[in-house]
Amino acid sequence: MRTSEVNRTTEYTLYHPRWYRQRVSTYWWLWKWPYLKFVLRELSSVFVAYFVVLTLAQVRCLSAGPEAYAEFRQWMKNPFFLLLNGVSFIFVLLHTMTWFNLAPRAMVLRVRGARVPDAWIAGANYVAWLGVSGGVAWLLLR
Amino acid sequence: MAETITLEVARYSPERDAAPAFQSYPVPLRKDWVVLDALNYIKDKVDGTLTFRWSCRMGICGSCGMMVNGEPKLTCATFLSNYAPGPICVEPLRYFPVVRDLVIEMTDFMVKLQSVKPWLIRAEEKPLAEGEYLQTPDELNAYKQFSMCINCMLCYAACPVYGLDPLFSGPAAIALAQRYNLDSRDQGSRQRLEILSQHEGIWGCTFVGECTQVCPKHVDPAGAIQQYKLTAAKEWFKSLLMPWGAK
Repeated sequence: MRTSEVNRTTEYTLYHPRWYRQRVSTYWWLWKWPYLKFVLRELSSVFVAYFVVLTLAQVRCLSAGPEAYAEFRQWMKNPFFLLLNGVSFIFVLLHTMTWFNLAPRAMVLRVRGARVPDAWIAGANYVAWLGVSGGVAWLLLR
Repeated sequence: MAETITLEVARYSPERDAAPAFQSYPVPLRKDWVVLDALNYIKDKVDGTLTFRWSCRMGICGSCGMMVNGEPKLTCATFLSNYAPGPICVEPLRYFPVVRDLVIEMTDFMVKLQSVKPWLIRAEEKPLAEGEYLQTPDELNAYKQFSMCINCMLCYAACPVYGLDPLFSGPAAIALAQRYNLDSRDQGSRQRLEILSQHEGIWGCTFVGECTQVCPKHVDPAGAIQQYKLTAAKEWFKSLLMPWGAK
């Protein structure tokens, strides 16, 4: 047999029948805490979206007049919404803080050749968050 | 008798077994022994049929990556004493097909690695007479961290995205692409971007971050992927705003 024929017959296959392949469990995210934390972080997006929709509904009721807004507020006193908003708030906090903490990994800033420390980048996000929250609180509570 | 520790080693014979099974081996618990030493002890003294990869024994070659108690580890850098009193569970790297015992099939990784063109690409080579391509220390530091990758594939074994979607390019391949993108001597970033801006490239990553946690060389592949995402997004905006720009 010529070399070229040997090479042809011994061609590599990606799907060898005798290799053992383990299926990934549906519950892989329960294997360890970082995986569960990741899934919770991803899940938190749903609650962020819910808060966006809720805020839009609130603005719509506000523009529809005092009666509509009073009805909206009445709805928000419902135990179901109190619980949902409480859980959503916790998830939104988780969402915000985990992404702020991850921001330095995605943003590499250099000043005069030196990399800006991670704490500064994360810290800038927290400061901006506090600033905006303070501004909103001032608008609402003045 | 010296103190011992038990290794529960995954055994798989493709000719005989339908699935891997664990076999217990008591080995001497020596303070200076790593898991790889214990595996070599088993192979030399107890059971010569045990099959595993290893080479340098100093965390350079990247051959001896295995799952140790469910965590991807270089077995040459994982001390037995850290797991005393045991037992220590040793399995092949997760998400890769198993050829035999602790040996995994790595062609998928090699194909993906090659697909991202991890080498210096020049639009035009400088004549030899003009000398080498020089770099400042700052230019070196821009990519040095990502150049420390030893292709050990621990990051793939830690990445559930790769486990669930085998088409995903994976952490090491993307980190190495970024290593060359950031190299001042390279001019091939656009070629790599075309490959990695597909769904199976950078956008497949959901930033679990475990690749970075398990990396024995502190490469931070997760960071490399997120930085690449920023670059890809900027390029996309540029192409949207200036469609007449250079392709």
